[in-house]
Amino acid sequence: MTAEIGQFALVLALMLALAQALVPLWGAWRGDRVLMAIGRNAALLQAAFVAIAFASLAAAYLANDFSIALVAAHSNSAQPLIYRLGAVWGSHEGSMLLWVLILALYGGAVAAFGGSLRESLQARVLAAQGMIGAAFLGFLLFTSNPFTRLFPAPPDGAELNPVLQDPGLVFHPPILYLGYVGFSMAFSFAIAALIEGKVDAAWARWVRPWVLASWIFLTVGIAGGSLWAYYSLGWGGWWFWDPVENASFMPWLLGTALLHSSLVLEKRGALISWTILLAILTFSLSLVGTFLVRSGILTSVHAFALDPQRGVYILAIIAALTGSALTLFAFRARAMRTGALFAPLSREGGITLNNLFLLAATATVFLGTFYPVFMEAARGEAISVGPPYYRETFIPLFLPLILLAGFGPMLNWKRDEGRALLRRLRGPGALAGAVLVAAGVVLGVAHVLTLLGLALGVWLIAAAFWVLARRWRIGQGGGAVEIARLARATPLAVWGMVLAHAGLGVTALGITADTAWQTNKVLTMTAGQAVSLAGRTVTLRSVRIVRGPNYEANQARFEVSGPLGDRTLISQRRFYPVSQTRTTEAAIGVGFLGNTYISIGDETAAGALVTRLWDHPLVGWIWGGGLIMALGGALSLADRGRRRAVVKRSAPAAPRTAPATA
Amino acid sequence: MRGALFLLPAALFVAVIVTFVIGLGHDPSQLPSTLIGKPLPAFALPPVRPGEAGLASRDLTGQPRLLNVFASWCVSCRIEHPVLLALKAQGVPIEGLDWKDEAAAAARYLADNGDPYAQVGNDRSGRTGIDLGVAGVPETFVVDGKGVVRYKVVGPISPDDWDRTLAPLMARLRAKT
Repeated sequence: MTAEIGQFALVLALMLALAQALVPLWGAWRGDRVLMAIGRNAALLQAAFVAIAFASLAAAYLANDFSIALVAAHSNSAQPLIYRLGAVWGSHEGSMLLWVLILALYGGAVAAFGGSLRESLQARVLAAQGMIGAAFLGFLLFTSNPFTRLFPAPPDGAELNPVLQDPGLVFHPPILYLGYVGFSMAFSFAIAALIEGKVDAAWARWVRPWVLASWIFLTVGIAGGSLWAYYSLGWGGWWFWDPVENASFMPWLLGTALLHSSLVLEKRGALISWTILLAILTFSLSLVGTFLVRSGILTSVHAFALDPQRGVYILAIIAALTGSALTLFAFRARAMRTGALFAPLSREGGITLNNLFLLAATATVFLGTFYPVFMEAARGEAISVGPPYYRETFIPLFLPLILLAGFGPMLNWKRDEGRALLRRLRGPGALAGAVLVAAGVVLGVAHVLTLLGLALGVWLIAAAFWVLARRWRIGQGGGAVEIARLARATPLAVWGMVLAHAGLGVTALGITADTAWQTNKVLTMTAGQAVSLAGRTVTLRSVRIVRGPNYEANQARFEVSGPLGDRTLISQRRFYPVSQTRTTEAAIGVGFLGNTYISIGDETAAGALVTRLWDHPLVGWIWGGGLIMALGGALSLADRGRRRAVVKRSAPAAPRTAPATA
Repeated sequence: MRGALFLLPAALFVAVIVTFVIGLGHDPSQLPSTLIGKPLPAFALPPVRPGEAGLASRDLTGQPRLLNVFASWCVSCRIEHPVLLALKAQGVPIEGLDWKDEAAAAARYLADNGDPYAQVGNDRSGRTGIDLGVAGVPETFVVDGKGVVRYKVVGPISPDDWDRTLAPLMARLRAKT
């Protein structure tokens, strides 16, 4: 039964999405408030029905209903409960349903909480969301139905790919999708603004929290995915420039640009059409990512079951959505008000430069990712690029961006003066210079990238906190009481900016240190044998066979002793009999200054264990920095929430009776 | 002028979509190699471990072999690796072409994960890869005893690929030589 309920719910959701796409658009054009209200109800109902469909599929997984083809292909009765649940989005169809669910929830949120929006704007935003929803519900129902039955039903299911049986599967996809589907909101607001032919500070105030929220989720999602790869692939790599990683990284880069440009639009009323364009492009890159993963146009480790027919459908969706958005942009944006003017050296100018660098970096990743496709089209032969390409193109673009990020928050709005700016940043500049010189003396000047990475990381962290130091007038004779008063008066948004920038610095330091000073050893070990690694002693204590719920494992216990005390680490080599697959569970000794990473392989004929040991200095900073960035975003978001609450209390929102299109 | 600027994103977008449409027509895992039925292009590559023999095109004669293109930075190669080791254990001769990679990194990769290859050549610049029409890693060529390319697999070889396609093909080629 559950499968049929889910199927009907999806069909109804599609009908509602179509209604949501058309009726409020017409209503907004006619100024008909009843028709516009239909859009709100359709959005709420659509979210409810997609949620019912999703719950039906989840119920089928939990009940081991192998008469549903999808469940039979991705779950097994021996699979632990949590991975039966995770398997709901461990397949192409299931993850697409999650995608649509999140989209519908965002649409529902505009309907439920968008009461203070101009009514015609809300109606048009909902219509755009409805179009995206209808396109993807259609995609699900016509090419990737998750509820297809299997007859006769098998007694038990094939297992979910053991590599995916990891807590990462439970958290990573929903968080990532909350991020990149969230950019659909910016897209829909951009469409609505282009139709209305009007963008103002109120528009930016509305869009920014959605962009911010999506950016936070995407940041956590990407960092989490990288961390998952690090501990589960068994060799300590954390970023591979794989097409699918790039697919989430490109919206992040452009989303970061959008976050900054919409700030200028909100505060200064400038960069209007640019912000609109970024909003369109950011979500379009999310769509391109979806296309990339599911069309089979490129080979990737992440790819789902590949099917060119699905690729054609998604490509048609992209062509329709992005194509109409950009056409609308081409004809409507030029008529829009040009924004307020600003001097080249100003906060606005700095953010424009930041945007150009981010756009160039995105273009670099885009070209690298799709190079095989472009080459194939142009010359009939496909050639792909490897990490060396990104090292030579992306990094030279990103380093200046880190330098700029230190200056940005110190710039005045409208116009600034170069010498005064440099004077303001004397402290962090001197610190970074000292790091550069010291590292140059210790390491030698040949390690240019390491030197720059260290100096720029320190620079960005110092420059971010310098903002607070100046704000609190530290060292200007204010005294502790005065400093505490100023600290309490610092808005959360400032804290948010400081943390987000400092987080990027922390990540830069982690990447630099891990790339420059990683060491490793490979050897065969027998019980009792000890080996030294980066100033620590690692001893293999014992090896034994253990049993998990759906696997058997060879388990090795290591003792690591070093200057900071002793610890015991466990590494496993697992065998999953249902799918005949082996996986490695690495033993990771996590530390603030670095990780000890041990993974074991198979036993040799002589009974010794193939063991690989790594020392990863500062590697945790890579993800720690990501979390700090996300925390910064969250503080900034909280600030908006608080301010809105204050505004509401002091002045109740104007009643929404005035005809909206007047 | 300003109007043209606003048209630019849409124009670029059309170009991208057109290439994607062309790209979709090809299944990247079944790239027809123009090399099939032709002798391997000549190459002579240095080794990844100093002191060893490298890999030259004339090494691939005498009996049918697999020529596996890999790189230490390639994630899919790590997934394919156990399959190659199992094939080596069955006595299948496999030669390795280390593509766009540092020799030292490849040597470390083989030391870490086991070495399924009879000989390995390091194609640091990727020049030989261009001659072979390598689109990405991993890729595997089936080369017969006369050094003629007979088949090409794009992406990791699964045990299934081996059982269904490669093993019968290799057996046929062996019977001929």
